Amino acid sequence: MELRKNVRIAGGEVHVQGEALFSHAEKDFRSFGRSLYKYLGISYAKFYKMSALSQLGFLASEILLKDFENSVPDPGEVSLVLANSSSSLHSDAIYQESIESKPSPALFVYTLPNIAIGEICIRNGFRGEGIFFIQENFDKEFIFDHAKELISSGHSTLCLAGWLEMDMEGDYLADLSLLM
Amino acid sequence: MEPKTYLENSSIISPIGWDTRENLNSVLQGRGGIKICKDRSLSPEELPAALLDWDELGKRFLEVNGKENPKHYTRFEKAGILSVYEALKNSVLDPADPECIFILSTTKGNVELLDHPEGFEKERLFLWKSAEMIADFFGIKSTPVVVSNACISGVAAMLLGRQMISSGRCSHAIVLGVDLLSGFIISGFQSFLSLSKQACRPFDSERDGLSLGEAAACVILSRQNGGVELLSGSTSNDANHISGPSRTGEGLLLAIRSTLRRHEMPGLISAHGTATPYNDEMESIAITRAKLSEVPLNSLKGYFGHTLGAAGIVESIINLEAMKRGLLPATLGLSSMGVSGKINVSNEIRTGKPDTLLKIASGFGGCNAAALFKLLPWN
Repeated sequence: MELRKNVRIAGGEVHVQGEALFSHAEKDFRSFGRSLYKYLGISYAKFYKMSALSQLGFLASEILLKDFENSVPDPGEVSLVLANSSSSLHSDAIYQESIESKPSPALFVYTLPNIAIGEICIRNGFRGEGIFFIQENFDKEFIFDHAKELISSGHSTLCLAGWLEMDMEGDYLADLSLLM
Repeated sequence: MEPKTYLENSSIISPIGWDTRENLNSVLQGRGGIKICKDRSLSPEELPAALLDWDELGKRFLEVNGKENPKHYTRFEKAGILSVYEALKNSVLDPADPECIFILSTTKGNVELLDHPEGFEKERLFLWKSAEMIADFFGIKSTPVVVSNACISGVAAMLLGRQMISSGRCSHAIVLGVDLLSGFIISGFQSFLSLSKQACRPFDSERDGLSLGEAAACVILSRQNGGVELLSGSTSNDANHISGPSRTGEGLLLAIRSTLRRHEMPGLISAHGTATPYNDEMESIAITRAKLSEVPLNSLKGYFGHTLGAAGIVESIINLEAMKRGLLPATLGLSSMGVSGKINVSNEIRTGKPDTLLKIASGFGGCNAAALFKLLPWN
């Protein structure tokens, strides 16, 4: 298994392979996420409907997959192995607030962490394996071991793997790698 | 050669039984657990749901917990602990064995604490914390693993256990699935208009939605012998929509094909069969496209309701135990077929000697899963 590319997004900054790609004075994710979206020159209306966790995953995956469009093999063999500590609690708290007035299906659907996997799959047509782990801290070895198994067992030829965290206070960290 | 994975023991805690045998007997006698719920804290309107008996569960938990333990447990943790306790009772496994891992499958864990913290610290909202509370109760040494993949969580967790055993990362896996009902979950499904006004009716022409249920279920997976082997499995994504299943069943079909590759046709299919118009229709199409129309199939949602992160584990256990008795459980709630794909489903118990079970599931986020089990000859 080979690590082809890594992206890290946290505190208003984006690093690719450890090198700074983008930064924004506003660290708050709502503002930062939108400016990163614009910087990347993406046009994808669904982005604005997504939860913050899904937006973070979407942005990280866009950066990760850039320049790899042609090396993506069969979309049925692209898998996602993601993990975080807060599951969807950031969205859960927002949905909980909405229950009093009118429970919103558009908010409820994002109260599952694996929706972030679904959004990346929809965008890219990926149909392979997908799993979302919840861990206290990023156990990179565990996540990469799982990705390695998917690749070596022939279930997958390419895997997006790593950490995708949006905590209840809105602090965020994406650390995703492209593994082949 | 890779080690094989066997089901060594199991337990189910649900409104229709406190162990696997009681649950199986209820199912075989056609007794479902879905009742009209009038609890205003769960829903402003009455609705059918399969709720655990919390007075009885509290008593049973006290017996297991003893009086010396100073820790307080949430409802979710109590149900999980009881289920693992029950599964370990007749097992040879020592949970403190460092080669044993604990896998928790859940969608929402302690989410009800968001609204009613009941004196529990905020940390208990985290799924890894719930898993830690349950693992610590049994002295499990390894760091617990939590899988949260919507309604395929239970199947995905069993497949993860299998993968960890076959790759040599552990020798045993205690796989627990738990989800409980709260105002949070019920209001969400209500907002989607996906709840039925009556007990759910899988695959029926008049089905109008699902019924929710509470359950905790546990399987102990082992690389040593057991009566059932977990042969293979796979997950896949529809890449189509985050809340609606694919019209063509493409993702589920991929998971089924990948699971059955190199294996014979299954003898029984345990469908997801939630009784929402779209899910059941999609499943029937995927089954037809997979050329499995003749294989006997059932949905157990009419007995347990949709138990979310526990569903895949509950339904696998019940079907495997029924197969050991030469029986194929009926689909409760079905009266006239209402799907366009051809499936072999019945509202009566059937007899037969199938030795393989295909479990399938689908969920929000476009995820699908399939797992193939085999009864070993000495059953």
